[in-house]
Amino acid sequence: MSGDGTTAKVYALHAAVIALLVALNFILPEYHHGVLARVLVLAVFAMGYNLLFGYVGLLSLGHAMFFAAGLYGAGLPLYHLGWGVPAAFAGGLGAGFVVALVIGLLALRTSGVAFMIVTMMFAQVFYLTTLYFGEWTRGDEGLVLQQQTRQVALGSGTLDLTNPATRYLLAVALFAAALFATLAIVRSRHGRVLVAIRENEERTKMLGYDTFANKLAAVVTSGVICAAAGAAYALLFGYVGSTFASVQYSILPLLWVLLGGAATTLGPLLGTLFMYYVIDITSGYTSAYMLVVGLVLILLVLYFRKGVLGTMRERWVRWLP
Amino acid sequence: MTKRFFDIGKTGLSRRTALKGIAAGAGLMAAPGFVRYSQAQSSAPIKIGFQAHRTGIGAAYGRWYEKTTNAAVKLINDAGGINGRPVEIIVEDDGTDPKRGAEVVAKFASQHKTDIVFGTLFSHVVVGSAPTAGELKIPYYVVSEGYHVASGKLNRWVFQPGITDVRSQVTSVAPWVAANLGKKVTMIYPDYAFGYDHRDYFAPAIKAQGGEVVAQIPIPPTESSFTKYLPQIPADTEVLYHVMVGPGVLTFVKELGEFYGSNKPQLFGFIDSLEAVDINSPGLEFLDGSHFWEGSPRYAQANDSEAQKAYRAAVGIDDNGASTTDAKDVSTAAHMFGCWETLYVIKKAMEDSGYKGPEDRAKLVEATEALTKFKEGPEHPQGDKKFNGKLHQVFGHQNISKVEGGKLNVVHRTSIEDGLYEPEADYTTQPL
Repeated sequence: MSGDGTTAKVYALHAAVIALLVALNFILPEYHHGVLARVLVLAVFAMGYNLLFGYVGLLSLGHAMFFAAGLYGAGLPLYHLGWGVPAAFAGGLGAGFVVALVIGLLALRTSGVAFMIVTMMFAQVFYLTTLYFGEWTRGDEGLVLQQQTRQVALGSGTLDLTNPATRYLLAVALFAAALFATLAIVRSRHGRVLVAIRENEERTKMLGYDTFANKLAAVVTSGVICAAAGAAYALLFGYVGSTFASVQYSILPLLWVLLGGAATTLGPLLGTLFMYYVIDITSGYTSAYMLVVGLVLILLVLYFRKGVLGTMRERWVRWLP
Repeated sequence: MTKRFFDIGKTGLSRRTALKGIAAGAGLMAAPGFVRYSQAQSSAPIKIGFQAHRTGIGAAYGRWYEKTTNAAVKLINDAGGINGRPVEIIVEDDGTDPKRGAEVVAKFASQHKTDIVFGTLFSHVVVGSAPTAGELKIPYYVVSEGYHVASGKLNRWVFQPGITDVRSQVTSVAPWVAANLGKKVTMIYPDYAFGYDHRDYFAPAIKAQGGEVVAQIPIPPTESSFTKYLPQIPADTEVLYHVMVGPGVLTFVKELGEFYGSNKPQLFGFIDSLEAVDINSPGLEFLDGSHFWEGSPRYAQANDSEAQKAYRAAVGIDDNGASTTDAKDVSTAAHMFGCWETLYVIKKAMEDSGYKGPEDRAKLVEATEALTKFKEGPEHPQGDKKFNGKLHQVFGHQNISKVEGGKLNVVHRTSIEDGLYEPEADYTTQPL
């Protein structure tokens, strides 16, 4: 898959994407600047999903719980215990880690359709839990993280997460970290084993690999990346609510990844961005905008079975990771 | 392949047609995505961003909120607009989703460049959108009835000046319930935030009237059948207080009927779950003789004021509270008046502050906070109101209606004082 030339090309492409995103901070009009900050955070969610779905071939319908674990793991301590932003973000990652580890240990006893159903049921339990503890979460209505609590003291100054430029650049930083982490994972030995599991788990086992341990590591990594997105969403945009734990937010990352291209590192960003603007633009014309989304998905299945970047890789740019 | 589609010479297109096409294309490009608006001129319209629930669970409400808003804006414009400028409503669908709600507020502020944002109903969308409104410093006038603005948990840019909040509603009906229906109350409510407002504020209110809540039965939002909860209702219950927001209400009423037969306690409910639903729908017979809270009455009443009659005619609802063009299209009358009244509050605050454009948004906030009361009349057809500028919340009269003869007849109207409570917040201390 990779000669030295390809490796250089791959890293150059990813560095160029990050450079472009940083440059856009100075170019984009106000609205699209804000949109891209949101999209980048959600793209991280999609990247976490992609790691499991695209590379390991495990189709989860419960990833909203990992996103929401990060959202609540960061939001609740900040709201109720007065934690600072860095501690709250770490809390979100920790919550994502624990939830993903427990769910992984239980759900990985199944595979295929059963894995989909089990993850969906666990996510539903998580969603209902956020409603059940309404005293603390305010359930569906949710909580506002006030502006003054979303600031970080940095030396003599403060880093204000509600400042549009700061927010955007932090979103880019998170996206870059998740992108290079994903890239490093999929190019590592562990990543190759994951792909081998996707292609033929029995054969991988026969070759002596511990497929359960590898899959569990992938679930945990995927969960933590999704939780990072959830924690960042809470801290950057100031809202924590149980809608984000609902089944809709388990299906969205699947659609984003399918659109952009499963098992491509940049596909999740492309899919999330594309879907955002399809809804944003078409909802201005018709309340039946989900029909347009449906049509797009049908066209995708017909002409781009592997998503936009997946198809590009298959037909033209074979070195695309 | 590309050539075949785009070779003008071969298609026989004239240059004029091609230019028209390009112009149309440019127009399309400019439409929603990449528009740059010029500075508002003195005669340019005042733009109000209407965050509408066109899709999602709030769609029935959203449709009527939109009708009411359009009717009010037409009247305002016919009468000369606001500060001599016409009002333009720009609608964006939030899908009744808090994430999309926040995105829509950002779109209004930074792309449509609206002067304010208005019209949200569902509490989770209000709470999800409020941080964005605060950060972008755009006044955000909601018509939600949730106890979120008055709780002090939002920010200085969010107002609810057109509809009373749920804490005030439940507090104000308690004296009448205790005096007329009974003192031992069992509450059935949805097990989420909206239900908790009822749970937390009705119980102390009925206690203050010498009554008591003998049982509280929360129903999880995923329930589609309620039979297993009904035996939890204590036998000595005199009043069953029910709030069942969501599509489960028809099943709930049917199963309640089967559970009790003809020997039932008094029923007191909130109309919220039956908004846009015909009270004479099959299965709702059990509600005959029961009582409901209504913000504004659905059915025309004998003593309706001229302002109320004019309002109903302008919005286009008949004496049964259904659309004048389709008798099956039942309105959300108990809540939608809030859009009408909120728009007139915005008009008043803009006039008081001499509002010219987005640079005056802070002045608009202060002018809204300075308002104290609204007189009953064409601008406030539901009734007179008191506004608490520190809480950003309005307080008005509530109606208690009885289901009789297939209609809802108002049997009691609370006073504004019935619904007042000790304020817990003061937004005016926050910087603008």
